[in-house]
Amino acid sequence: MKVIGLVFSALVLAIAVLCSIAFGVTDIPLRAVWNSFVHYDGNTQHLIIRTTRVPRALIAASVGACLAVAGAVMQVMTRNPIASPSTLGVNSGAAFFIILASGWLGVSGLQAFTWVALIGAAISGGIVFFLGSIGRDGMTPVKITLAGAAMAAFFASLTQGLMLSDGKMFDQVLVWLVGSVAGRDLPQLQAVWPYMGVGMAVALLLARHLNVLAMGDDVAQGLGQRTGHIKLFSAVAVILLAGGSVAVAGPIAFVGIIIPHIVRYWIGTDYRWILPYCAILGAVLLVSADLGSRYIAMPKEVPVGVMTAILGVPFFVYIARKGRRT
Amino acid sequence: MRKLISIRAGKLSLLVETRTLWVTGILFVLCLAAILISTGVGSQYIAPLDVLKVLLGNGVPMEEVIVEKLRLPRVVIAVLVGASLAVAGAVLQGVIRNPLASPDVTGVTEGASFGAVLFIFFFTDTLSIHWMPVAAIFGAFAVSGLLYVLAWKDGVSPLRLVLIGIGVSAAIKSVSYMLIIAGPLQLADRSLTFMTGSIYGASWDKDVMTLLPWVLVLLPLTWVQARNVNIQALGDEVASSAGAQIQRQRLVLLVLSVALAGSAVAIGGAIGFIGLMAPHMARKLVGASFGSVLPVSALIGALLLLAADLVARTAFLPNDVPAGVFTAAIGAPFFMFLLYRNRNRY
Repeated sequence: MKVIGLVFSALVLAIAVLCSIAFGVTDIPLRAVWNSFVHYDGNTQHLIIRTTRVPRALIAASVGACLAVAGAVMQVMTRNPIASPSTLGVNSGAAFFIILASGWLGVSGLQAFTWVALIGAAISGGIVFFLGSIGRDGMTPVKITLAGAAMAAFFASLTQGLMLSDGKMFDQVLVWLVGSVAGRDLPQLQAVWPYMGVGMAVALLLARHLNVLAMGDDVAQGLGQRTGHIKLFSAVAVILLAGGSVAVAGPIAFVGIIIPHIVRYWIGTDYRWILPYCAILGAVLLVSADLGSRYIAMPKEVPVGVMTAILGVPFFVYIARKGRRT
Repeated sequence: MRKLISIRAGKLSLLVETRTLWVTGILFVLCLAAILISTGVGSQYIAPLDVLKVLLGNGVPMEEVIVEKLRLPRVVIAVLVGASLAVAGAVLQGVIRNPLASPDVTGVTEGASFGAVLFIFFFTDTLSIHWMPVAAIFGAFAVSGLLYVLAWKDGVSPLRLVLIGIGVSAAIKSVSYMLIIAGPLQLADRSLTFMTGSIYGASWDKDVMTLLPWVLVLLPLTWVQARNVNIQALGDEVASSAGAQIQRQRLVLLVLSVALAGSAVAIGGAIGFIGLMAPHMARKLVGASFGSVLPVSALIGALLLLAADLVARTAFLPNDVPAGVFTAAIGAPFFMFLLYRNRNRY
């Protein structure tokens, strides 16, 4: 049953990716789309398909998958239903460091950017994680959420300061800052793929342990799990996944919240299934959100980060309301 | 035992702690000094004494122009905005009973700046700039009303209010960014400056005269409500058994807080973290009684923004960095420190 669901989701993803390649501001007949793969002759339509649409769809799919898996892992790790790379400040940390590095330190090159993003994600995630887990009760949802919000506000403010002090940067950085998968090319994705791949692999290998961790630290320790190690590996996975995503697409919000909740509702609590489902459905969400973002304000495009934020807030509110009364 | 002075006049009776009087007096003098210094410092330095001469009406004409036209409005705005944000934060922390609450954490600032950004994009051509504060206050009320409704479930739980505030402000922020991206570049620059919080180029008639009435009405009104804040701080059960109509008082206090923060943001932009820091410092100085906390946090808020703006406009000459960058740079670590202090509470 779960396998069928997974296959079905993969089919939906394939259709979404195909739609994302076929539809957009420039009208391209399906035959031309097909020909651009089999009989590539370099005319404008083929060029658009190959250099714009295909990279865009693939980036959206990879980033969506990474963010959703990162969100799911973070939610187990922090035992907090609203944890995600964006709410816990990991994305904004990565974003700030990229802007600092590109605008002020003169760093350039895809590899360098990826490393800067990973370092930023690690620093801000580390601070939030630390602040969220100090105190007698260990990590509590409220502490970690507040720490995340503070870090996000801190980095956002510094980022705005940097942008305002350098007019040239302003225009290029702004679209990226909301999160967008448009206007990237394949080498950009190839630069982050290794990191995303390792992060994804670590997350999937951890799935079995996450099932145990989800029962609570005490139970997990009682069952013989080294919770510290598992949490450390989870953190590494999250940083690789989220940092890689930010490096290529900017800080896209809420994918990491929406998808894990839908998946848990659909297939239960076994993380060996949850993580693959999250990866596929996260990709579906971001690819379709990106497709939608082309049509909402034709002929201008809305950055996909805005779309996911609008989709995500009702979810966020619902989860916050559902939580126990305090 | 604390030393108290009691004031009675007809139906009104007040207990004032002597310590509060001292602290308020000292802060007031500090504030005046900061105003004089801040007015004097800039690309053209004017000694504090000369500033005083100008203010008293017998200064050098050149300096008169600089002081009265350029620097003084900005300094006055810093005082008004800082004080309003600080008091708004003090009320919010009392009502939400959460030391980490402030207008920026709960989405009030975000709402106000969204209102202003909408105004910048859609009404600058049709309406005069004087209407921008109205748009900002409207935005603050709309967003906080939305938050209040969304957080309502058998009453408003403080924690839910904070959590939902975080989520909603994230969404609003990205919609603001979308407008900025879609719009022309010069509007984008203005909006982003506003979203960071800056009191650059404040003027008498446009800014001071718009904000002053709000502050003059709202601050005393809040001070009158002080005892309700004190009761709210006891917690729902104790407060209602002491005869307080908690939900109604909470609503009134929230409205006051939103109006204060909204009007401040309308003029100063989304200057963060002052509403968080000032009340804490005030409580450290004069204890938790709100009647004392209010004036002291107002003065501290004014001092904080004066200092932040002074650094912001002088440290990177000729660049004028938005003051909000500095309040956030000090405020976020302060927030972390508070979180550390309260690590066993949540």
